[in-house]
Amino acid sequence: MIETVIAAPLNLPVGPIRRHGIGWWGAGTLIASEGALFAYLLFAYYYTGATAPRGWLLEPSPPLTLALPNTVLLLLSSLVAWWGEQGVLKGARARALLGFGGAALMGSAFAVVQWLEWRSKSYGIGTSSYASLYFVTTGFHMAHVLLGIAVLIAIFAWTALDYFSPRRRLVVSAGVLYWHFVDAVWLFVFTTYYLTPYLGFGR
Amino acid sequence: MALGGAEALMMRLQLAGPNLSLLTPAEYNQLFSTHGMTMIFLYASPVLSGFSNYLWPLLLGSRDMAFPRLNALSYWIYLASGLFLYAGFVTGNGPNDGWFNYVPYASRDYSPGLNQDFYALGMVFLGISTTVGAANFIVTAFRTRAPGMSINRLPILVWGTLTASVANLVVVPAVSLAFFLLWMDRQFGTQFFNPAGGGQPLLWQHLFWIFGHPWVYAIVLPAMGMVSDGLPVFCRRPLVGYSLVALSTVATMIFGFGVWVHHMFATGLPGLGLAFFSGASIAIVVPSAVAVFAWIATIRLGRPVVTTAFLFFSSMILLFVIGGVSGFMTASVPVDWQLTDTYFVVAHLHYVLIGINVFPVVGATYFWFPKMTGRLLDERLGRWNFWTMFIGFNLAFLPMHLTGLLGMPRRVYTYGDYGGWGTLNLITSIGSFVFAAGVLLLFINVIKSRKNGALAGKNPWDAPTLEWSVPSPPPAYNFAVIPTVASRYPLWETRLGGEGGLSSLDRGMMLDQGKETVGTSALDAEPDMVLEMPSDSVAPFLLTVGLSALFVGLLLKVWVLAGIGAAIALLAVLAWLWPSTDLREREPTHD
Repeated sequence: MIETVIAAPLNLPVGPIRRHGIGWWGAGTLIASEGALFAYLLFAYYYTGATAPRGWLLEPSPPLTLALPNTVLLLLSSLVAWWGEQGVLKGARARALLGFGGAALMGSAFAVVQWLEWRSKSYGIGTSSYASLYFVTTGFHMAHVLLGIAVLIAIFAWTALDYFSPRRRLVVSAGVLYWHFVDAVWLFVFTTYYLTPYLGFGR
Repeated sequence: MALGGAEALMMRLQLAGPNLSLLTPAEYNQLFSTHGMTMIFLYASPVLSGFSNYLWPLLLGSRDMAFPRLNALSYWIYLASGLFLYAGFVTGNGPNDGWFNYVPYASRDYSPGLNQDFYALGMVFLGISTTVGAANFIVTAFRTRAPGMSINRLPILVWGTLTASVANLVVVPAVSLAFFLLWMDRQFGTQFFNPAGGGQPLLWQHLFWIFGHPWVYAIVLPAMGMVSDGLPVFCRRPLVGYSLVALSTVATMIFGFGVWVHHMFATGLPGLGLAFFSGASIAIVVPSAVAVFAWIATIRLGRPVVTTAFLFFSSMILLFVIGGVSGFMTASVPVDWQLTDTYFVVAHLHYVLIGINVFPVVGATYFWFPKMTGRLLDERLGRWNFWTMFIGFNLAFLPMHLTGLLGMPRRVYTYGDYGGWGTLNLITSIGSFVFAAGVLLLFINVIKSRKNGALAGKNPWDAPTLEWSVPSPPPAYNFAVIPTVASRYPLWETRLGGEGGLSSLDRGMMLDQGKETVGTSALDAEPDMVLEMPSDSVAPFLLTVGLSALFVGLLLKVWVLAGIGAAIALLAVLAWLWPSTDLREREPTHD
């Protein structure tokens, strides 16, 4: 071991290559911590709902007309971002720009629809604990969507400046990973707030 | 810490005898809450992070932490949030509902001032510091060790801080969220904790203790690691049961995630829940006992050299056992019902926090001070320091168990002269001043020895680990040559014998082009890349300035200030993450 190590440095890659680098681990810790935050938000929902008297849900059958297509849109944006990342991997810059730009636009559309969804509610943030949980949880998610869009715009700009190559692109992969996280966590929020009432939770 | 101590002394003066009126009830409330906040959030964890941030690269044979700028950010935010929290205290708006701040006491109806808003926003702010610090420890432990330092060769301090950091990463969001929701309830009329609006007051306690109990382990496991690494040096032999101690560190934390309800036994939760959490709280004794027996065996099988550091480390074992047994007692539901909210619990938590945090930290100061400054602390003064602290501490807190058993409730600003409470409290107050005098001796020793202490040289204790192979104080780059490690005790290899090759400390990678260190694989520490380290950067400081403006703006509801702060913070992050050629994050040829 020692002899090989001492001889080794000439052969070691310098700086982040592909996904291999400590930045990837940094993104992982950020996502772990933020994932935990959403776990606690959902815990707050389930705990409050489970200990509340009957009739706690303000909307026993939450309307899915906006929320369901919006969810599909957000998931598709993840796919588009991934497709853009593959563009960087293949050295196809136009495809990469299309992917990151497209994902940012789809994310923005999601945010607008979610805002319309908020406006359509008949209750406000202080109406009851259910209303507070709904607005604060989806609000936290909205903040993450906006941050994720900022990340997508940044990697769009950096790709436009021709910073990356198939080897040097950890920043891109970390940014796209964050966007996947934003989308995946929405599935949990969506399931909790829009689907579990149909299963009878909190009615 | 000095501030927190002074607050405790004020309270002990007030409680020295029955029916004293040095402090008003309101002042007393702020004092005990601020004392708790200071000692737990601003001293106990940051002091360990400080030690670890300094020692880790040396212990691990690395040039720096994995993310030096994150390290800076963690420090700046700690400073800014500490000032934020204390700004509340000096303007008469300190926390005043206990450090764990239960609703409805903390809700707006019962606490209309800014006290709780200072505390809530300050804690969310401080949480950022803890979280980024934890992320840095995790990545450092897994990615920037000396080649050959496989995971079963890590010093136990690294195991302790790593375990604590993993916990912090996932439990700090619970308390940040709780404080954020509290602030929303207070300022924006949400109904999270308000039963009138369908809210659930117990949600506060759950979120707080889901964080709070793992946090207790986060502020003792690194300190236990200090003992596990320091004690064997003075016993002149390797730690007994290294693997068991390392595993029990991790096991303690895994159990630690599932015991939070033992802080809530008296809240009327269902019996099945109480039984489960009681069982888990009792079972957690097992991994703790493994460490205790390993330390005792190390002393028994070694040839102890009694130094001040040894005295602090070994006395910690005794205090840990006392604090552990009182914890074990209150893990039992009926006993807890009897003792909860009495001084018994106060005695228990001080044995745990002072016994397992402060004593190891002072021992670690005696142990590593020569490495940090190049000079030894004075041993003679050290003996005085130890015995004053040890006697003062036990004088103060051992009788307090009895005060609690006699039923005196905690958090009450004065008391009537029932059943001997007065005498016991007087003893406690005297003991607390003796203890404080002991702490003062430490400060005097540090100031005195910094200039005039005996020169230490590289390795004054003849210790086995990597930090003792470099000059004291170490150069900025720590290691001129990245060492290659062949065992747990690289500097004791010739005398321990054993299989495998010898570590190589003077031949290895130079990595002398700019700021570089080596990246190694997570488990076996095989070198797999060269890491480019960033230069000094203003981004962390700017980010802290932006966040400070944001939090002050939120507190005072000056939205313009909050907006400007958020914008500065975003720009600082953008500048921070801008792909740099020096760090090889982008292709230089593509400029």
